[in-house]
Amino acid sequence: MDGFDFAVIRDSLPFVWQGFLFSAGLTLFATICGLAFGTLLALARLSGHIWLSLPATVYVNAMRSIPLVMVILWFFLALPLLTGKPVGAERSAFVTFAAFEAAYFSEILRAGILGIPRGQLQAAQALGLAPMQTFRYIVGPQAIRPMLPILLTQVIVLFQDTSLVYAIGAKDMLKAAEISGKNYNRPVEMYVFIGLLYFVICFGLSRLARGWSRGRFAA
Amino acid sequence: MIEIRKLSKWYGDTAVLRDCDLSIRKGEVVVVCGPSGSGKSTLLQCINGLEPFQQGDVVVDGIHVARAGRALPRLRARLGMVFQRFELFPHLDVMDNLCLAQRRVLGRTQGASEDKARVLLDRVGLSEHAGKYPAQLSGGQQQRVAIARALCMDPICMLFDEPTSALDPEMIGEVLEVMNQLAADGMTMVVVTHEMGFAHRIAHRVVFMDGGRILEDTETAAFFSAPQTERARLFLSRILSH
Amino acid sequence: MGYDWDFGFLVSRVKNGDETYLDWLLQGLFWTLCVALSAWLIALAIGIVVGSARTLRSRWVAGLAEAWVELLRNVPLLVQLLLGYFVVPELLPRELGLWVKQDMPPALTAIICLGLFTSARIAEQTRAGIEGLPAGQRQAALALGLTTTACYVIVLLPQALRRIMPTLTSEFMNIIKNSSVAFAIGVLELTFQARQMQEDSEHGLETYLVVTLLYVACALTANRGMAWIERRTRIPGYLGSSR
Repeated sequence: MDGFDFAVIRDSLPFVWQGFLFSAGLTLFATICGLAFGTLLALARLSGHIWLSLPATVYVNAMRSIPLVMVILWFFLALPLLTGKPVGAERSAFVTFAAFEAAYFSEILRAGILGIPRGQLQAAQALGLAPMQTFRYIVGPQAIRPMLPILLTQVIVLFQDTSLVYAIGAKDMLKAAEISGKNYNRPVEMYVFIGLLYFVICFGLSRLARGWSRGRFAA
Repeated sequence: MIEIRKLSKWYGDTAVLRDCDLSIRKGEVVVVCGPSGSGKSTLLQCINGLEPFQQGDVVVDGIHVARAGRALPRLRARLGMVFQRFELFPHLDVMDNLCLAQRRVLGRTQGASEDKARVLLDRVGLSEHAGKYPAQLSGGQQQRVAIARALCMDPICMLFDEPTSALDPEMIGEVLEVMNQLAADGMTMVVVTHEMGFAHRIAHRVVFMDGGRILEDTETAAFFSAPQTERARLFLSRILSH
Repeated sequence: MGYDWDFGFLVSRVKNGDETYLDWLLQGLFWTLCVALSAWLIALAIGIVVGSARTLRSRWVAGLAEAWVELLRNVPLLVQLLLGYFVVPELLPRELGLWVKQDMPPALTAIICLGLFTSARIAEQTRAGIEGLPAGQRQAALALGLTTTACYVIVLLPQALRRIMPTLTSEFMNIIKNSSVAFAIGVLELTFQARQMQEDSEHGLETYLVVTLLYVACALTANRGMAWIERRTRIPGYLGSSR
């Protein structure tokens, strides 16, 4: 290898930035939709009604036992068949990650809710609160605090996992770097750069999550 | 046999031991007492180097603990230690608990260590329990096994760190009985304990600590009849009134 | 949805060759298991050492171990794999680098990268397991005259590893799932074969279904295997098992 060419990195920055926006957007979308869907899944599993909890349980366990790459391939293949028209790699990725992350978020949420002492539920019921009221005013607010750092850690994992859209050729941060590397014929520089970029982002966020949990629990 | 000179130790800014002086001769039984947080356990753990210290000297049988370096494991092996929470190794049965260090540290054969272990199990009255795991024994039995484990190493001195304070009251007697026997056989012992009855009957000397300092170091009879410091008097009256 | 399900295609020949699709599938299963199991051994060995190092008193050693964990935990596995495949050979001495590029099977790169990646996760679990033990266990071992190494090998790790068996089990299942990333550097494992069969046969849904079921079967087998080990190593009267 003849010297490390920093100019390539500088020249490819605008392109990599586009890729970053896709990765970050995908992470954000999957977090919001995954949390919403995940909450429903968690509530369904905790509802005590077999026709709600069984499908939710099957869904969550299925998602968690299949490699993410396979899930990405599944959606990319099946979505056009279901909708009857072509779905691009990028759009397919959005649907996949929302559906996939919901399973993982639901497990975190469920654990958080199960962590609330039973006495709290009994006290709320004794006061005459309806199940939804109990969840909204008693269980939810108590469960959310210890859950936040765990959720943030999951978001970091999710951000790393978005690199797997590589399998269907969607143009995320990694793909952008790879394309630049090929165009300039400097793959080594671009792979090193993108590795560092992921590290800086994820390490920074994980420090934030740690400081956050310390501050929260100290309070 | 054990010489402690001007021993001081800090955690950050807080001093846990201040200028402690203590010497223990062969065959002596010394009880260390004092309110909780007074530094008794820390003092004990400095003797075999489990706790590092910043100032002063601890000399055991002519060896400086702070400067022992690679010889520290060998030195520790010659000092038997008994812990408040027994600290038997839960993944090993009683026999293996007794043989482990004999083989690994002293280099004894399996046969020799098992023979030794049987003798000592018999001495603490637990011969039938050799094949059991710690979690299958009562607290009192576990502590007797822990004493046997330490004795297997043929220690020159035994260190006891509140050996009865994690025990249910009805089990304290059986452990103290083993310790009485040990003292009667002439073992050198340093005992951190709140058992003042035991101290009165067995100890040659009583050391009273408070706030990281050694406030009294006197003959047992003198300590109980006429403690020199006000704080020791207060401590005694509180503990004996129970 | 009018889709004609047909699993019969599995025994038909692939477009350009003598093999059947079933051959591809079995080859994929072999490489998935080969990569996952070999990487697991590397991950366990390094993870346990690094995790133990993080609990040592020496700031220097503990800091180095922490750096190892943070580095491997904050870069996506796929990126690590591509770094290992495209960048590492360039950093090696010329001769060695050339050999790696031309003759070293990509599966070996995948095994090493997946092993190192997972080692960071096992290190964290090992550390948690050791820190969860009563502090007196270490003191008791040292007081008996054991060296620090003996203290870890004979006293602390046997207990810590038993405690973290549940998380180790899920990590073992994870490594099987994560081995799927190896398709990116051309390892002929299940995901690679799934993509190849999907393009070659036009029976994509059947292919994915069979491959998915194979992954689930591997994960279940791994789970049962670990449960068996957990039962075999259980201590009477300890950690929730009955007397």
